[in-house]
Amino acid sequence: MMIVLNGEERSCQDDWTLADLVEDLGLTKKRIAAEVNRDIIPREAYAQQRLQADDVIEIVNFVGGG
Amino acid sequence: MDDPFILAGKEYQSRLIVGTGKYKDFAETKLAIEASGADIVTVAVRRVNITDPSKENLLDYIDPKQYTILPNTAGCYTAEDAIRTCRLAREAGVGKMVKLEVIGDDKTLFPDIPATLEAAKILVDEGFIVLPYIHDDPISCKKLEDMGCAAVMPLAAPIGSGLGIRNPYNIQIIREHAHVPVIVDAGVGTASDAAIALEMGCDAVLMNTAIAGAKDPILMAEAMQLGIQAGRKAFLAGRMPKKLYATASSPLQGLID
Repeated sequence: MMIVLNGEERSCQDDWTLADLVEDLGLTKKRIAAEVNRDIIPREAYAQQRLQADDVIEIVNFVGGG
Repeated sequence: MDDPFILAGKEYQSRLIVGTGKYKDFAETKLAIEASGADIVTVAVRRVNITDPSKENLLDYIDPKQYTILPNTAGCYTAEDAIRTCRLAREAGVGKMVKLEVIGDDKTLFPDIPATLEAAKILVDEGFIVLPYIHDDPISCKKLEDMGCAAVMPLAAPIGSGLGIRNPYNIQIIREHAHVPVIVDAGVGTASDAAIALEMGCDAVLMNTAIAGAKDPILMAEAMQLGIQAGRKAFLAGRMPKKLYATASSPLQGLID
């Protein structure tokens, strides 16, 4: 199925959870935060967050800034 | 001399807060921050690079155990976006202290005062420790303090301009009336600007471009640390009054004929 991740369409497996997506991106141990359809998902709930087709997902981290 | 900077009940040794933007690379960022002696460093919240998510991360270089990480809401033009950014930052696990900035327009990067006040109120109610970037306007600062912000951060001059404190009299009025720390944020250009802020009694200075934009950022970071220290000590020492005419420093008695 297709999802929108950080503004870009990409495919993912139908049975994936947010935890699977984060692991696939190699971000499991990184300091990140994630939103699914504008709802912030606490890290401990990633494994329960089943992804649906057309979900809009944002994953952010910290970058240099003032 | 034990003279900690107390912010939201926590003691810090340094009165210099530094940003992490505009450096050549993470290695230079790390060296500049070390040279600055800062305890608190600001960061921005942005999308993870999906094309190369395993790429090095800023926090691989700036250890959150060693530094207090202060996420900002740079680039947010509405209260809603700023609040969303703060919530994400808190979820990412660096604490609940945030630098709130709601920008009014992209040419001046001056803050949108009503939107800043609106966002600050909601964030304080949600338990954030809010450090708002705001105009050098005593009334806005007072309102932000009254709604529970942990400090007020009036600008010296536009972000990244390096113009120094353009309205010292307003900063002085803000300092006289505030019961929370006053952190001069943005517009500082060189070490004397930082020293002036501290000499006026401001509690700390937040800067990024003044260090990152110097020809030698690491040397400038050190200069800023010294400027901050000099300014603070001069403030505590209490400067002599200004006089129009000279008063001799050497005794008049015992002059040779």
